[in-house]
Amino acid sequence: MAGKFEPKIIAFCCNWCAYAGADLAGVSRMQYPPYIRVIRVMCSGRISPDFILKAFQKGADGVLVSG
Amino acid sequence: MVTFTLNGKEVQAEEGTTILQVAEQNNIHIPTLCNHKALEPAGLCRICSVELFDGRRTRFVTACNYPIWPGMEVKTDTEEVIHHRKMIVELLLARCPNNDFVKDLAAQFGVKKPRFILDDDDCILCGLCVRMCERIGAEAIDFSGRGAQMEVATPFDTFSEACVACGACDFICPTGHIKLSEITEKEIRPILSEYDEGLKGRKPVYVPYAQAVPNIPAIDRTKCAHFLTGDCKICADFCPTGAIDHTQVDEEVELEVGSIILATGFKPFDPSVHDEYSYAEHPNVVTSMELERILSSSGPWQGHLIRPSDHKEPKKIAWLQCVGSRDINHCDNGYCSGVCCMYAIKEAVIAKEHAKDGLDTAIFYMDMRTYGKEFEQYYNRASDNGVRFIRSRIHSVDPVPETDNLSLSYVSEAGEIVSEEFDMVVLSVGLEVPQEALELAEKVGLDLNHYRFAKTSSFNPVETSKPGVYACGVLQGPKDIPIAVMEASAAAGAAASRLADSRYTLIREKTFPEERDVSSEEIRIGVFVCHCGVNIGSVVRVPEVAEYAKTLPNVVYAQENLFSCSTDAQAQLVDVIKQQNLNRVVVAACSPRTHEPLFQETLRNSSLNKYLYEQANIRDQCSWVHAADPDAATDKAKDLVRMAVARAGLIEPLPMPAVDVNPAALVVGGGVAGMTSALTLAEQGFKAHIVEKGDTLGGQALHLKKTWKGESVPKFLKDLVAKVNKHKNIEVHLNGEVKEVSGFVGNFKTSIGLNGGENIREIEHGATVLATGAHSIEPEEYLYGHNDRVFNWHELDEAWESDLVKKAESAIFIQCVGSREPERPHCSKICCTFSVQKALELKERKPEMDVYILYRDIRTYGEREDVYKEARAKGIIFIRYTPENKPVVNETKKGNLEVTVVDHVLQRPITLTPDFITLASAIETRGLEELAQMFKVPLSQDKFFLEVHMKLRPVDFATDGIFVCGLAHYPKPIDESITQAQAAAARAATVLARKTIEVEGVVSAVDQNLCRGCGQCVEVCPYGAPELVELSEGVTVSQIQEALCKGCGACAVACPTGAAAIRHFTDEEVLTMVEAALCE
Repeated sequence: MAGKFEPKIIAFCCNWCAYAGADLAGVSRMQYPPYIRVIRVMCSGRISPDFILKAFQKGADGVLVSG
Repeated sequence: MVTFTLNGKEVQAEEGTTILQVAEQNNIHIPTLCNHKALEPAGLCRICSVELFDGRRTRFVTACNYPIWPGMEVKTDTEEVIHHRKMIVELLLARCPNNDFVKDLAAQFGVKKPRFILDDDDCILCGLCVRMCERIGAEAIDFSGRGAQMEVATPFDTFSEACVACGACDFICPTGHIKLSEITEKEIRPILSEYDEGLKGRKPVYVPYAQAVPNIPAIDRTKCAHFLTGDCKICADFCPTGAIDHTQVDEEVELEVGSIILATGFKPFDPSVHDEYSYAEHPNVVTSMELERILSSSGPWQGHLIRPSDHKEPKKIAWLQCVGSRDINHCDNGYCSGVCCMYAIKEAVIAKEHAKDGLDTAIFYMDMRTYGKEFEQYYNRASDNGVRFIRSRIHSVDPVPETDNLSLSYVSEAGEIVSEEFDMVVLSVGLEVPQEALELAEKVGLDLNHYRFAKTSSFNPVETSKPGVYACGVLQGPKDIPIAVMEASAAAGAAASRLADSRYTLIREKTFPEERDVSSEEIRIGVFVCHCGVNIGSVVRVPEVAEYAKTLPNVVYAQENLFSCSTDAQAQLVDVIKQQNLNRVVVAACSPRTHEPLFQETLRNSSLNKYLYEQANIRDQCSWVHAADPDAATDKAKDLVRMAVARAGLIEPLPMPAVDVNPAALVVGGGVAGMTSALTLAEQGFKAHIVEKGDTLGGQALHLKKTWKGESVPKFLKDLVAKVNKHKNIEVHLNGEVKEVSGFVGNFKTSIGLNGGENIREIEHGATVLATGAHSIEPEEYLYGHNDRVFNWHELDEAWESDLVKKAESAIFIQCVGSREPERPHCSKICCTFSVQKALELKERKPEMDVYILYRDIRTYGEREDVYKEARAKGIIFIRYTPENKPVVNETKKGNLEVTVVDHVLQRPITLTPDFITLASAIETRGLEELAQMFKVPLSQDKFFLEVHMKLRPVDFATDGIFVCGLAHYPKPIDESITQAQAAAARAATVLARKTIEVEGVVSAVDQNLCRGCGQCVEVCPYGAPELVELSEGVTVSQIQEALCKGCGACAVACPTGAAAIRHFTDEEVLTMVEAALCE
């Protein structure tokens, strides 16, 4: 595959902080590469190791848990 | 519709559109110079020329003003067209060879050196300015002269009378040719942003500040060109929803109300009156409010710390405290504003964080007044992190010649005169009541005090002199956010007490149609993709995303919306749900954090359960952050929609059971705070139980005689106790102790052990107020307990009439005994005022008496500064000591006291021989841990109750239905205790006034067949929602108390067997999104 590396990144974000932070990045018009797909959860405590492994198994290049 | 050929492709557009508009719709770029959406096209610059074949011949036409017709053939990029455009650019470059705009244009077109004679103009005669001026309605400028002499000018080349100095010509001119100062003599005043403290401009159409509610623009009629000339209205052309109505006028609305709450806020002191601070003349002398904006990421320089004069990063900043506070020379503000010490420290800390390569910060102050909850710790941290604190009131700020720097001179602690240069000086300005508020106060007819704050008593801190009118915030007195918020709730509570009889009389109940049972239906998803005006639509190709959504499984309907959240779009959503029989809805728009509740309500209006909704965030987390890459943004939007649709296929309706609310409150603690809280609730018609550990009501107030304003505490207390005992809604349980607590908001059950636990009384209540108070410590230093002439603070009042005190010739107060020490870092807040007040009382009774106060900082904050001023005026001697060099108290052989302290002015030890000493001992709570555990509420590091948010929710706990007030929250004087108690009652009333509470559907559930009762869920839950119950002998399982559950899902992760699960965020629902995200 030629061209630049376009990683697939799954981000699990806490609704109350990290997801709000991602919204704020938008409100502030910060620009970042379009490779991240955010999944909103009610708390980062909701993320079981299983979710992270499943994401890698399905082909994610990176997983971000933020909360 | 007109069909024609554009660059060989058949296209369709509305009749009357121009070639340029159609080209734009088809993503074909045609360059323009004289075109602007706000103005009629003129075809002046000719650079938009395109080739048109009309069936017989080919010719050039200007795309901007040539209307389309059927069958025409247009080519925008032939060699001839490009050659023609280059020729125009070459001619322009010959005319304006030194203009940057034209040079850039030439570079874009690959034009280098013109073949024609060079001129030196900077106007390209595009006529944008002329047409703009006409549109504005001023018609001040026009083309004059002919041929080569043509230029833009005012009539007779004189200053224009017609010009309104709006600056639109200057704004629209691409080359910078137009200069407003050459057109008009009128003063050219940029419109300065009030929100950005004038550091930045704003438009006449503007959102006043980022947090405005509603967050929509307003038109400033004093600046808008339409209101000056009657024309313009360009904004109305641009607004896609047609929301702008220039005909609106002010309306006078008459309201009949039972009480009024004045919360008119403050205005920062204007330091222009201080000539010697150079504020008005020097750009690098700023106010603290201006610095707030400079440091804000939404501020004029996006949060980059730069100084105004040259936009360089400062290396040294000084803060000057007490500008417009504690000052009766330049202004009449003798009071302390109460907030500036803390905000200056905060600004210094944040400025240090913002500065890339180090920043020196120095705060010049008189007394560091960090008296609030956890403030002292913040002060200590700032000091540890290098913020310099210099005790000196700066006399003047002198500009340093030939630099933009400023010089300060001061006397150091060692007594030396030091001169120091700073890049920037921040004036920590105080708080004042704004003029408009004073006028309103006069209109309402309420009394103000000598500092122009509303006159209130310590016992009714939010009640003004006018019955039924309440004041909160700075109108009531200078204060910080937590107290202002408490006062706001207190005022609401006081107003509600007054209006208790009319509660429920003006309510309109919201009803929803009956919910449709979708359990047996096949899944039918509708997808609504929002343009959000241009916010999404200008980046993400919304039609493509909507088309894509139609191809996804279970999607039976998809459409685009201009604004999905508009009222008409909501109504249409209801219709579509019904017509298409949708049972899951996905909206791809902004953030669910802001708009999910709105759409969920629309689902409920469509007979659907609100949890059948899912939102894809294609604005905040897509179009806004990938603005330069429409392809990637469109792809990402499709992915996000696919993920949302996948999840929507799995989500289920969830029940939202309503539980009844028990309209009674339990108040723990029978001091002033507890009694006030109970009485406020009782007056509103709710039942209140007071549980008091001791055998009498009153708490710490029993030790007090007078407030700092001189009001009698015993008299107030007697009245309060009588009212509490008499009120039919209040039940007092003396000698009672909380033994066990269960239940949740609306339905608590608390067991009280009475008379040493002999009798157990069970109380059912809907809300809880914790007002358990605090105590002063028993000092271990300064011979306390060894010499009976050394009093703890409250013992002085008890000994007031004794011979020792009455005949004394000399008395000493020692401050900060046990407070502000490593083991007890908090400031006890009330002791400075108390000691100063007692010192004054001694002096009043016996003016010849020598009274000394040994202190570290005098913290007579707010209007209490008056007693400090009076004390100094009356000759009370204040001697400052440092924690390293504390006073030493000795007993002479005769049993007399001898105090040695280093005098801060003389810089040498002096010895005093007082007749007695009073110790301002620290205030702390005792044994709160057990109670905190029972109610599942946290304690702060210094063991006071910890509210959910120290600034914005100062009486609430994270656990719903439990509130805090009084000394158990933090040491505070009686007026603030009363305010907080009224606030806690008002907050509790918001629970008790509801007949039922709807429990959220996103809660955990335990499958008891899988549960083995290990209790891990109980361990991880921060809210105490799971509990272990015994099903039968030996079979213990977990059970979720839904009303306590906040839906975090930690239990589901902790559960080793998979018994605990969280609704709406099940493993399957989350993992299907992972899969959908990665499947393409």
